[in-house]
Amino acid sequence: MEKEIIITEVALRDGSHAIGHQYTVDQVATIAKALNEAKVPYIEVTHGDGLGGSSLQYGFSKTDEMKLIEAAVSVVDFSKLAVLLLPGIGTIENLKEASKIGVKMARIATHVTEADISKQHIETAKNLGMETVGFLMMSHMAPVEKLVEQAKLMESYGADTVYIVDSAGALLPNEVRERVKALKNELAINIGFHAHNNLSLAMGNTLAAIEEGATRIDGSIRCLGAGAGNTQTEVLIAVLERMGIKTGIDLYKLMDVSEDIVSKILLEPQIINRDSLTLGYAGVYSSFLLHAKRAAQRFGVDSRDILMELGKRKVVGGQEDMIVDVAAELSKEKITIG
Amino acid sequence: MSKVKVGIIGTGNIGSDLMMKLARSEVLELTTVMGVDPSSRGMQRAKRDGYQVFENGIDGLLQYPNSVDILFDATSANAHIHNAQVAKKLGKQMIDLTPAAIGPFIVPPVNLGAHLDTDNVNLVTCGGQATIPIIHAINKVECVEYAEIVATISSKSAGPGTRANIDEFTETTAKAIEVVGGAKKGKAIIILNPAEPPIMMRDTVHAIVNNNQVNQELVADSIYKMVEKVQSYVPGYKLRTEPIFEDNKITVFLEIEGAGHYLPKYAGNLDIMTSAAVKVAEEFAKHRMETIV
Repeated sequence: MEKEIIITEVALRDGSHAIGHQYTVDQVATIAKALNEAKVPYIEVTHGDGLGGSSLQYGFSKTDEMKLIEAAVSVVDFSKLAVLLLPGIGTIENLKEASKIGVKMARIATHVTEADISKQHIETAKNLGMETVGFLMMSHMAPVEKLVEQAKLMESYGADTVYIVDSAGALLPNEVRERVKALKNELAINIGFHAHNNLSLAMGNTLAAIEEGATRIDGSIRCLGAGAGNTQTEVLIAVLERMGIKTGIDLYKLMDVSEDIVSKILLEPQIINRDSLTLGYAGVYSSFLLHAKRAAQRFGVDSRDILMELGKRKVVGGQEDMIVDVAAELSKEKITIG
Repeated sequence: MSKVKVGIIGTGNIGSDLMMKLARSEVLELTTVMGVDPSSRGMQRAKRDGYQVFENGIDGLLQYPNSVDILFDATSANAHIHNAQVAKKLGKQMIDLTPAAIGPFIVPPVNLGAHLDTDNVNLVTCGGQATIPIIHAINKVECVEYAEIVATISSKSAGPGTRANIDEFTETTAKAIEVVGGAKKGKAIIILNPAEPPIMMRDTVHAIVNNNQVNQELVADSIYKMVEKVQSYVPGYKLRTEPIFEDNKITVFLEIEGAGHYLPKYAGNLDIMTSAAVKVAEEFAKHRMETIV
């Protein structure tokens, strides 16, 4: 039997982190149109931190995300639009607005141990007729049994799919394997995997997840995602084709989107530099990258020291305010010691 | 001096913590505890401590209306609707700790004085109690165009009510940032952190003011004075660092250590709500005694 993998392209959401949430209507419309022509099944569009993420904490969106979603909806006839929502940041009102515009999939994200705050949002999305995904972020921070317990909660709320989300790009292939396997054993719904390439393991981890039975996979074209980016979508499609796994995506067209459109949006090529490497090494949320760089400059400390300290303190996704707090503290220590 | 009689509706974490705090008050006398689950720890405690206990919630008060003058509602937004009706019928002042927000929002150091005779007041949220005083303090010096707060609480201290209705936190807090804090636009974010040992409650206030040359000294001074005011009823409330100024942006980091009465000290979010509630009741009580005399 031939396997089929369903891809969600996240560059227009996760990639928002990498460009400081500066997407324009024009950029989103151009990329979404090209992705639609390449037959990408799902395209996610929102602020990097999901609906309602535009803030001082995470960075203001240059363009109202509902306008970006509208622009994407208006140019697709094949691809379906997805949104991310983190309860505690975005609200059901935001979800309803997105649904009204034409979004077909709601991905409700919580920290890996906090699935119960997603109940209302998953149920509402279901009632709105949307396909629903439970998105368990920072999956490396919880033991496998905890992940299974939390995934089961999301399944019980009506999620069609549960994702293992490696927000820090910290999981190793064997850890991905055991997590997917455990969920496959215990859940009846689809299992998904979302990688970050901070340890250069996004592709390897994604293949490990697929081998264990994950069928929903996230990718970002040209690695346009937080930290060192995600699994590079066009590369993944090529690899899957070599493996005889179908995605329905046109590889050449996707390569062209990457080369001709997305490359121009990137401020610099997505590589694994010392900061993104430190994210994976310390197990810290990938969107902290640019915030840590800025804080390091401002307080005259090494961004790696900030990230390592945040990892030590077990800071979770969304706690960007801790970056400045820790940087200020480190700079004070430096003065005292120096 | 005789004390003013008060009662608690709801015997979960908040109700139980209130019980312990009220036992220490010099102006309030807890007489009655109202719940619906006789087997709950809170009800057991109330019986053990010798309070009058009603097992049919506020309805028990219909038979003994003179038992209390002021009520604390520590139930849920839904239950509060009925509780508020009964309290109104009996002419009791109601301090609402649920997200129902039927009555006006109260943040003691900001607007308590304006509501001493109001029959139903609402205490916003833990994040609101922690941050709105700071927003108000900034707004006294520089006009706040936008204020955003981020409340980070330990997973252990977030009860099932908060978890099931997390939008109520963000929406209610955002509204109160505007109505009470004075910001033209408000936003609130809440994050649960499961780290062990549990983290202390932390709140960050980000404000944008309509002036690029902020009078830093005056703003900082206003914030410090406000922190002292809050500390007078929440001793574990403190600034983590000095306020950070950047053009028209001001950032303030707060930490709230609980008193460790019913829940451990990390549950500053619970403590600031119950402490604010007791503070409000005490001011109501003093006002009553003055008015009656």
